[in-house]
Amino acid sequence: MSGAAPKGAAKADVKAGTRRYFLRLSRYYLWFTLCFGLFLAALGLLEKEGMPRQWIGYLYMFATIVLYAAIGVVSRTSNVSEYYVAGRRVPALFNGMATAADWISAASFISLAGTLYLHGFDALAYVMGWTGGYCLVALLIAPYLRRFAQYTIPDFLAARYGDADGSNRRGQRVRALAVLATIVVSFTYVVAQIYAVGLIASRFTGVDFSVGIFLGLASILVCSFLGGMRAITWTQVAQYIIILVAFLIPTMWLSMKFAGNPVPQVAYGSVLPKLALREAELAIDPREEEVRATFRARADEYGARLAGLPRSWEAGKVEAQRRLDAARSRNASLGEIRSAERALVDYPRSAEEAARIWAERRAANLERARPPEPHAEPFPGDTREESSIRRNNFLALVFCLMFGTAALPHVLMRSYTTPSVHETRVSVFWTLFFILLIYLTMPALAVLAKYDIYTALVGSDFASLPSWVSYWANVDKANPLISIVDINGDGVVQLAEIAIDGDVLTLATPEIGGLPYVISGLVAAGGLAAALSTADGLLLAISNALSHDIYFKIVDPGASTQKRVTISKLLLLAVAFIAAYAASQKPADILSLVGAAFSLAGSTMFPALVAGVFWKRANHAGAVAGMIAGFGVCLYYMLHSNPILGGSAEAAWFHIAPISAGVFGVPAGLAVLVVVSLLTAPPPRESAGLVDHIRAPE
Amino acid sequence: MPTDSAAPAVPAPDADLQRERIVAARQRHWERARRLVAWLLALWLATSFGTVFFARDLAHLSVFGWPLSFYLAAQGASLTYLAIIGAYAWRMRALDRDFARQLGEQA
Repeated sequence: MSGAAPKGAAKADVKAGTRRYFLRLSRYYLWFTLCFGLFLAALGLLEKEGMPRQWIGYLYMFATIVLYAAIGVVSRTSNVSEYYVAGRRVPALFNGMATAADWISAASFISLAGTLYLHGFDALAYVMGWTGGYCLVALLIAPYLRRFAQYTIPDFLAARYGDADGSNRRGQRVRALAVLATIVVSFTYVVAQIYAVGLIASRFTGVDFSVGIFLGLASILVCSFLGGMRAITWTQVAQYIIILVAFLIPTMWLSMKFAGNPVPQVAYGSVLPKLALREAELAIDPREEEVRATFRARADEYGARLAGLPRSWEAGKVEAQRRLDAARSRNASLGEIRSAERALVDYPRSAEEAARIWAERRAANLERARPPEPHAEPFPGDTREESSIRRNNFLALVFCLMFGTAALPHVLMRSYTTPSVHETRVSVFWTLFFILLIYLTMPALAVLAKYDIYTALVGSDFASLPSWVSYWANVDKANPLISIVDINGDGVVQLAEIAIDGDVLTLATPEIGGLPYVISGLVAAGGLAAALSTADGLLLAISNALSHDIYFKIVDPGASTQKRVTISKLLLLAVAFIAAYAASQKPADILSLVGAAFSLAGSTMFPALVAGVFWKRANHAGAVAGMIAGFGVCLYYMLHSNPILGGSAEAAWFHIAPISAGVFGVPAGLAVLVVVSLLTAPPPRESAGLVDHIRAPE
Repeated sequence: MPTDSAAPAVPAPDADLQRERIVAARQRHWERARRLVAWLLALWLATSFGTVFFARDLAHLSVFGWPLSFYLAAQGASLTYLAIIGAYAWRMRALDRDFARQLGEQA
């Protein structure tokens, strides 16, 4: 081996270079964290000096958005490899951080703790599903994608399921399907992120919702437009640090307050039994029962009206008109006339609408008439069957979220950016590590906040409600985040009188714990970072699918590298504006579909990706049929069983909720892929060669 | 470094032998990697399924204040997943090194 010595030296050189690069990055981010700490301290001082809340909100918004834009400007690039895969030299640790920020969306940061608060054990399905999915990513997909070393997920599918001759028409077909799936999944997701950006910005700075959206959009665009994957990687690392700080500070504070231990993940074990005692107390409290009886009576009233349709609808309408006339004729106060007018305007327009609205209100009242469910008890139910249905749904949701995680393009795309296959494996480890720092804290936050509300707020006087309650009740007048009404008129807060929206929990934690407003602003900045980082990754996934896979690979394979990057940037701009426009319409139907994105992604992409690596016999026809079948079954089940989409809950199979449609879609996709592959000719030799190549160590 | 496409233009008998050895070493590597993945996936499935399916039976056991099933779902399962991924990265590096050593010995 004559070349051994120089080769060894070169290798050592590369190693030392990587090490230096790693150390330099670590230094940058340590400095960044330090400066961020100083910024927080300075704001804290300013607040003490009497700076108004609104200004603190503005400062956070402004400082973080400028920061992200600055990182974007510094890492601007028009090199193809830098733009699509950050030059493939992101160290595993930082790639893990960036992927974690990519992963932690507005929904996980803002809503997950609230969901855990409201649903107790059931909501742990999200924690398990969203972390367990990384096992599939690490073991089945990511290292092989890195070994394949191209740019996008459709690239892999097209190469693996393509044909041998130059035209590669079959490959294009698979590519187009994969692009379609990428866009459907990522677009619903990105609209939800941008919506969250608008919500947070408008709540904390008082700017208009659509202004908030476009402010956030500006920072996303400067960043990803200028520097593609390279810029968003370094921005996401910074965003992860902000997310982590923003989440840990208030939770540690609460943990110190209630358990005397600053590590919430350990401490809340001692609060759980106390919470269980309090829950049992509240379940049999006579005053609580009084309030619940009121709700039951209201539900019964709606039930009676529903039974009397359509006559009850006509009678109600006449009654509303009569009240308005009466108020007018006796010269009642303006307020009374207004409210009577509003009652008439809001009255259901037809008997069908009345049936829908009244059924909803009846359900809502019945919901509030139920005693609190024990937080830590798995699958409570009146009968064993009911409890088993909940368990099966939990299980189905866990698996859907796992398969979906393992097939989300914006997460998988990040496995291309590390220097080697080994680094990719380590990077998935770091990803899960950094996600767990947040996700293991979420259930703790939910329990601590619940304990605080159950003990401090419940039983207090209406005259002396804490200030955060009135603040958050007034933030969004149309859909109050929290509302407390003295239903039984005893002047004391009962648990059943509190209606709380899950979203408020994370945002209000600092105030619940009695921390200064600076920390509230920090939490909002964290939510903003979570939404922006995910939106960055998703927009890049969509625009890369369009520019690389559709434009470069199908429309104009001769395009110069310069042209490819330019087209990609223009498409990014276009997609971002379409998504922002969609979000500014406040589309309730899109937002409710976000959970469905996981099922769709898993059913469509997962079988083809995994069979592509682990089963040489999988061929083109099988992959196409499998993807279509998975997508079709998943979509069919959602339409079939989701009342919002025109199905009915009674039509569900095995009582599985529509959000878990993937539990049918993934096996269907896999089965169709196997059967069709076996029925058609084996794939060409080149496919087997590719599989051998990606399986082989470097 | 030998790669799959780097077959010399004029195959010498020696190169053929070398090629066979690489193929055999790759085959062994892949089999070991596959077995590892199978074991870890089994562990992953057992953790996920077991935690949920037997949650009601484990609820009355308690560890440091947590009901066992709540602890497993909130932390235990996720930490197991992290361990699975860590073990995979660590073992695969060992397998990759074995592979490189085999090639080095034979060359």
